[in-house]
Amino acid sequence: MTEAPTPLWEVFIRSRNGLAHKHAGSVHAADATMALQAARDVYTRRGEGLSLWVVPSNAITASDPADKAMLFEPTASKIYRHPTFYEVPDDVGHM
Amino acid sequence: MSAATSIRVQETPRVLFILRRADDALVLGHRLSEWCGRAPSPEEDIALANMGLDCLGQARSLYQHAASLEGGGHDEDALAYLRDAGQYRNLLMLELPRGDFAHTIVRQFLYAAFMDPWWHAMTASTDPTLAAIAAKAEKEVAYHLRHAAEWVIRLGDGTDESHRRAQDALDRLMPYAGEMFATPDEASMVAEGLCPDPETLRPAWDAALDDVLAQATLVRPATPWSQSGGRTGRHTEHLGPMLAEMQSLPRTHPGATW
Repeated sequence: MTEAPTPLWEVFIRSRNGLAHKHAGSVHAADATMALQAARDVYTRRGEGLSLWVVPSNAITASDPADKAMLFEPTASKIYRHPTFYEVPDDVGHM
Repeated sequence: MSAATSIRVQETPRVLFILRRADDALVLGHRLSEWCGRAPSPEEDIALANMGLDCLGQARSLYQHAASLEGGGHDEDALAYLRDAGQYRNLLMLELPRGDFAHTIVRQFLYAAFMDPWWHAMTASTDPTLAAIAAKAEKEVAYHLRHAAEWVIRLGDGTDESHRRAQDALDRLMPYAGEMFATPDEASMVAEGLCPDPETLRPAWDAALDDVLAQATLVRPATPWSQSGGRTGRHTEHLGPMLAEMQSLPRTHPGATW
């Protein structure tokens, strides 16, 4: 008997209000509802999250590892892009 | 080293009432734990273990409360591990072998569809400890119901094989479901406001079944008779072997820790 492979979903968790959803891992599930439950069961057992996203893995377009040098290495010499040359006034607080 | 012998519990009406629900949670939790490493997928393996641990936590809280009310010097472990099958007061449905995945899921659904409104009603119990336990348990069971219901729908409305197994599980389990509504000798608990009259929960249970079974294309079997006996300690042949496995370590090595 042949079965279609169960689709793969990427799981994103937001751990606190005001933070962004972060990638946590992946689950197999037949559909979005079950993927959300699997994500809850597998990735939020220790109080990790307040909100969950699941995204079909095949909906993600990824950069080609072979392009790594072209895409990412030119930035290494451009340290002036880091916002570390400014003094943040104390009143601004956490940025 | 000598094996621990069984304890005798002073079953006042309230202690008995609590023991029944504690035994339900422990026995179902153990059946769920049997899936560990055997579930159809890693995701569901964890999901079933999660639900089993929820049940175990509910059982612990209830046993602790029963032990303090009984005042016989027994603790939660004694109540769990040092009573024989005939002293267990759980629903027969929950001690049945786990069966296949459909059987486990359909049982979880039938039970959670009752326990979801039951725990919700228990948050208004006149026993503040029970109300506090209920406040935690109602959230856990609400998820059990959702998880099991989604699986029932997919098994029933899935392949021919999954439909056949889900319908078979439903046909086998429904005669045991009526015991959830049969509460011998608990009228005084209801009168004291300790717990709801289970009959008041039947419309919610029926509605959950009708909704989910329709989506699952499963047929609710006619159940002209209802199996019972668990609440008074008359069990199926399946509870004894389960307890033997569950209790062997604490009975053989009393007070063992790790």
